Amino acid sequence: MMRILFFADFREQLDTRQLELELDESCTVSTLIARLIRQGGENWRRVLESDNLVIAVNQTICDAGKNLVDGDEIAFYPPVTGG
Amino acid sequence: MTEAAISIAVLVQSDDFDPTEQEAALLSAGAGVGAIVAFTGYVRGHSGGSTVERMELEHYPGMTENAIRGIVEQAAQRWALGAVSVIHRVGTLRVSERIVYVGVASAHRGDGFAACEFIMDYLKTRAPFWKKEYTEGGERWVEARQSDSEAASRW
Repeated sequence: MMRILFFADFREQLDTRQLELELDESCTVSTLIARLIRQGGENWRRVLESDNLVIAVNQTICDAGKNLVDGDEIAFYPPVTGG
Repeated sequence: MTEAAISIAVLVQSDDFDPTEQEAALLSAGAGVGAIVAFTGYVRGHSGGSTVERMELEHYPGMTENAIRGIVEQAAQRWALGAVSVIHRVGTLRVSERIVYVGVASAHRGDGFAACEFIMDYLKTRAPFWKKEYTEGGERWVEARQSDSEAASRW
């Protein structure tokens, strides 16, 4: 099982805070994104193919080539604006 | 003061905080403290020509605290620091309320000034927080600013 989190503008655009999905075999963040777009449609494509997309796996920023394993927590969010 | 002795406090909270209390806590890092440099950020009442009524601050629990701690640890490798305290508020914040505090105790002021600014620049571009502004014209997510990335890249 993977836990997938969305924050801020992305959370609102997708109306989704959190998802749990069974892991596909040999899954990367890229293949997960393709699966989410396939299931979710155009709105999901707009968010997950955005130039602004930041990816974190297990709370560490990484790129879309990152391999995923069972139990991973994947977060998608826009550039940060704190402080 | 050695790197090993540094005391780090990181808090993400909805409650307000008292900078005077923070300064007292930083001083307790030891007799080696000769300088405290602190930055307090407040909610501005204007943004891009609009009047801001309030803000909502969102964060990524766990990752946010770890990211800030990592930034402070980087600062401690670059400058001689005795204690660092970082507080960032989340939730609903009104104009003129405090948002963020970075306090740095060090033996000498140069280390404190540099570390405080470094921590703020890195926090703004790396710690997962997001601001949403509520203005008379509606609500909008604040966009990341190029000038913040440039400020962080000079370190």
